[in-house]
Amino acid sequence: MNALDVLENESIYIIREAYKEFKNIALLWSIGKDSTTLLYLIRKAFYGQVPFPVLHLDTSYKFKEIYEFREKWAKQWNLNLVIVKNNEALSRKVNPFAGDKLTCCGELKTEALKQAIREHRYQAILLGIRRDEHGVRAKERYFSPRNNQFQWDYKNQPAELWDLYKNRESAHEHIRVHPLLHWTELDIWSYIQREKIPIVDLYLARNGKRYRSIGCEPCCNPIPSDADSVNKIVEELKTTTVSERSGRAQDKEQAYMMQKLRSMGYM
Amino acid sequence: MEDIPLKLVIVGHVDHGKSTLIGRLLFDTGSLSKDKIEEIRQICSALGKEFEFGYILDNLEEERDQGITIDTTQIFFNSKNRQYVIIDAPGHVEFIKNMITGASQADAAVIIIDAEEGIMEQTQRHAFILSLLGMQKVIVLINKMDRIGYDQNRFTSIKKECLNFLTRINLDAQYIIPISAIKGDNVVIKSVNVPWYEGPTFFEAMDSFDICSVVTKAPLRFAIQDIYNFSKRIIVGQVVSGTLRQNDAITVLPSGEKTQIRSLEEYQKTPDYAETGKCIGVTTTDKIFCDRGYIFSNPLDTPAVTSQFRANVFWMDKAPCKKDTPIIFRCSTQEVYCKIIKIHSCINSSSLKLIGNDVNEISNREFAQVTIRTDSPVIIEEFSKTPKLGRFVLVKENVSAGGIITEVIRDRDSCN
Repeated sequence: MNALDVLENESIYIIREAYKEFKNIALLWSIGKDSTTLLYLIRKAFYGQVPFPVLHLDTSYKFKEIYEFREKWAKQWNLNLVIVKNNEALSRKVNPFAGDKLTCCGELKTEALKQAIREHRYQAILLGIRRDEHGVRAKERYFSPRNNQFQWDYKNQPAELWDLYKNRESAHEHIRVHPLLHWTELDIWSYIQREKIPIVDLYLARNGKRYRSIGCEPCCNPIPSDADSVNKIVEELKTTTVSERSGRAQDKEQAYMMQKLRSMGYM
Repeated sequence: MEDIPLKLVIVGHVDHGKSTLIGRLLFDTGSLSKDKIEEIRQICSALGKEFEFGYILDNLEEERDQGITIDTTQIFFNSKNRQYVIIDAPGHVEFIKNMITGASQADAAVIIIDAEEGIMEQTQRHAFILSLLGMQKVIVLINKMDRIGYDQNRFTSIKKECLNFLTRINLDAQYIIPISAIKGDNVVIKSVNVPWYEGPTFFEAMDSFDICSVVTKAPLRFAIQDIYNFSKRIIVGQVVSGTLRQNDAITVLPSGEKTQIRSLEEYQKTPDYAETGKCIGVTTTDKIFCDRGYIFSNPLDTPAVTSQFRANVFWMDKAPCKKDTPIIFRCSTQEVYCKIIKIHSCINSSSLKLIGNDVNEISNREFAQVTIRTDSPVIIEEFSKTPKLGRFVLVKENVSAGGIITEVIRDRDSCN
C-alpha cells in the first residue's frame, strides 16, 4: 500500500465502524472537494451504495455551480438527498449582506443543522473535517461527541486509543465522525487526481483566479492562480505551499503584529 | 513505503524544550518560508529578545486560533528520505487523555529531558504511557547541553539514570542524544561542541527508523467488522496480522468452523491478496455463521479463545476502578463485559512509587498489573505477538483505561 492507499484504508475502516455502530447516521455534504471525497470513499466502503441520508445545508446563497453539481451527482449516485434549510431564518431575511457574516453562518448553517439533528434524531454525522483546518492537536478526535448546543469541551474529551472509536452516544449527544481527519489538502487533491473524483469546476482557474474553498457565493474569494486542471492544482500545492503563507505575511501591517503579540501575552 | 510520513510524538516535562525543538526542526529543515522567519525575527526584536525558536510553534498555533487557515505542512518537515509529521501531545497532567490519544497514533516517540533538571514527574509519566502503548521506536534527547557547558560527565550521568528508569518501565530507547535545541547542536546539524559523542544527530536517528516493520510471515488473522448484503453477501473486516489470500484455508473463531476464502471483494475490484492493515470484503466457499467480532485465522496457528488473561492497564478516569465491578472490554471488533478479578500491583505513574500489591482499586493516572475475566470468551493474543489482538480499552460511558495483554490464560483448547 502506498501513502494514499493507507489514508484511504484508514478512512474506509472509520466509515464502516460508524455505519455499524450508529443506526441513525447521515453524511453532511457541502458539495466541496473534501465532503465529495468523503462521499466517494463512502461509495467505495459500501460497494457503490450510500446507505444513509446525505444532508446538504442549503443557505440558498450557494454558487449556482454548486446546485448544478448537487443535482447531477445526487441523481447519478442515487443519493437519499435531504436538503436542510433554516426556513424560519430565511423568512426573516437573514442574509450575508446585512453585515454580520458570523450571525448569518450561525443561523443558516449551524441552526439548520441543529434542527435537522433534532428532527431526525441522528446519532452520528459524518463530516469531511481535516486536522490541517483546525490545527494539529491531539484534541481532535475521529469520533467526537457534541451536546445539544453543539458544544464541545475540548479540555475534557474522552480518550481515543488506537482504532477503538467511541461507539455509543450518551443521552443528549450526537457523535461527529471525521474520516478525513488525517488527510492534508495535498492528500485530498492527489486522491482526487488519482481516482478522477468529480469536483465543482469553481476549483479550477478561470481568468487567472480559482477558488481554494467554496461555500456561499457572497462570502468566498478566489485566489490568483493559473491552475485550470486537477493536475495543475496538485503541482501548485506541491511547489508553492511555503510561499502561499508568505503571501499573507507580506500583507500584514505593524498593527496586526502588535495585536498578535498582545493576544499572546507577550506584551 | 517511503512516501508514508512518519508520525512522531514528542513528550517530556514542561519547559524541557519541546517548543524550541520543534521550532529548530522547522527552521533547520527549511520548512519555513523566508518571510515567516523574518516576521518572527521582527516580533522577537520588537520584544527585545533574541530570535526565539519557541515562538515559532506559538505563532503557528496562534494564527490557527485566530482562524487564519494554516495548512499542516508547517508541522510537517522533510528529510531527504521521508516526510515527518508531529503529533501534538500536550504536557500538562490535565490533558493526559489528549496526550495518550495522540501518542497512540504515533509511529515513533521522542522523550526530551533538560540536562540541568534531569528526569522529572512528567518525563516519567509520559515514558510510562509510551511503554504501555508498546512504543518500539524511542529517541531520548538530553537538551540544553549549552547550559551545562556541554559537560560529558553530566550527560553520562543522566544517560545512566535514563537507562535505569527505562529498564524499570520496560521501554527501550534506540538512541540517547545530547542536543541543544536553542543553539542547534545535534538536532539537524552535527555539533562541534560534543566531540566525545560519536552517535547520530536527532535527524539521522529518525531517518534510520523503518516504518515498515510489517511481519508478512505472521499468521493470518482477519477481524470481522460487519456483514453486507447490498447485492451479494460480503463479510467486511481488516487483516490484523499476516496476509489474506484467495483460496486460503481458514478457521472461523470462536466457533471453530473451517472453510476457504472464495474471493476478496473491493468496489469494482477483486484482488487476489490483502496485506496487513488492509480493509477488505471476503466471501467464503461454505456458508458459515459469523458476525462482527469473529476472527478468520490460519488453521495451524490460531489465537487463544479464552476468558482470562493478564494485562497492564493505565486508568484514566476520575472515579477509581474497583475490583470485581463490571466494565466493558473492547479489543479489535470485539466487545464484552468483564471484571478485573485481581490487581497484582498498582503504581503511581508520576513518582513510579508502588501503591500496593493485591489491592482493591486503581485510582486516576495509576498503572496496574491485573488479571481480567471476561463474561464470555474473547479472541486475543499477547500484545508482543499480535498488537491488534493484544491491545484493548475498558469503557464505562467513555474510555476509562487503555491496556495491553501480557499473558493469555487459556481456559479451553484452541480449535484445531
